[in-house]
Amino acid sequence: MMSLITDLYAYWISVLLMMVGLYIVIDHNNLFKKLIGLNIFQTSVFILFISMGKVDQGTAPILKDGFETFSNPLPHVLILTAIVVSIATTAVGLALVVSINKYYKTINESEIEAIEREQE
Amino acid sequence: MKKNPILRETSHLLIPAILLFALYVQFHGDYGPGGGFQAGVIFASAIILYALLHGVKSAEQVVSLNLAKTCAACGLLLYAGVGVVGMLWGGNYLDFNVLADNPIDGQHWGILLIELGVGLTVASVILAIFYAFTKFKK
Amino acid sequence: MRNIFSVIIMGGMYSLISAILFVVLDAVDVAFTEAAVGAGISTVLFLSAFSITGKHHELKRKSHLPALLVVLTTGAALIYSTLDMPAFSDPQAPIHQHVAPHYIEQSYAEIGVPNLVTSVLASYRSFDTLGEVTVVFTALIAVLLLLGAVREDEE
Repeated sequence: MMSLITDLYAYWISVLLMMVGLYIVIDHNNLFKKLIGLNIFQTSVFILFISMGKVDQGTAPILKDGFETFSNPLPHVLILTAIVVSIATTAVGLALVVSINKYYKTINESEIEAIEREQE
Repeated sequence: MKKNPILRETSHLLIPAILLFALYVQFHGDYGPGGGFQAGVIFASAIILYALLHGVKSAEQVVSLNLAKTCAACGLLLYAGVGVVGMLWGGNYLDFNVLADNPIDGQHWGILLIELGVGLTVASVILAIFYAFTKFKK
Repeated sequence: MRNIFSVIIMGGMYSLISAILFVVLDAVDVAFTEAAVGAGISTVLFLSAFSITGKHHELKRKSHLPALLVVLTTGAALIYSTLDMPAFSDPQAPIHQHVAPHYIEQSYAEIGVPNLVTSVLASYRSFDTLGEVTVVFTALIAVLLLLGAVREDEE
């Protein structure tokens, strides 16, 4: 049991953060808080991938004399792309929030749903 | 905010240093951490700092929205163009080995050019998005 | 936390702390990008969008129970799925066995760049980086269309 915890604690931490982010996205009404929750969710997935790529007693993946073991560079490349894509989606999400505010005059999700139901 | 002397003088010292650091990170991405994405973000943050302190109108006299949009397209075109050049000179698309006399030099040239394209696009995209948010009419 | 301004600043602090975590996990390029992007640009964009919309009183939901149930079930399923994963920082994990040793050993001979992340990103996997730059450019087009900053001469 203890060996289970010491082997897998990194993954459990990122699952915990993922669930925190998911709870914020589902439960809060304010659209800004939902976007922050999405940001937390994305960062927790990055932590999961980077912790999978770490090698015991390795160093950063930059070649230099005197170092033998390097961490795996492939997850780093993947997450670099993912971080830039996350900023792109955050920017589009914020533009959507601003447009929604201009149209509905509110950024609470339940008020927007009520307006939509009245308009049917 | 431009009336505050501390902010004004500190920004006059910091903004050139940030721009220089962005160029350093761009070109030393081969030998240390860095590369196109980080350099683009740091460059855009220097101009955003200037816009926050002196107003968006002054920042637009330095880098206007049209210039940012054009540079974004040019960066992507540079990246895709390097690939097409590789195809024209006998290799596959985005093959860097054919860009110079020996493969290692070709790889260096290829990596330099595409990181330049990436840095240019990322910097202008972030700056243009910031301008679009600040110029939004309610 | 009621105040959206505090929430946004805490989001920036969270990105900075995760950048420090990335440095501890030996991912220096990723930490650089996360610190620059998450703690810098993301916070600025959130604050400028927040200044456009202004404060709105947030309504709370009547019951938090359905969201809590969904989150607990999903979390339990994910933890159950991690029981099959290799141990943390194990050098013999399958992820380190197939393509990665080729990149680590052959990269300097084939490309000549000491930074392995740059050589993989820009040379071995440059197609993916082209797709990523296209995604960033598409995001620019989407934001400009949504916020109406396309034409400047129609004042």
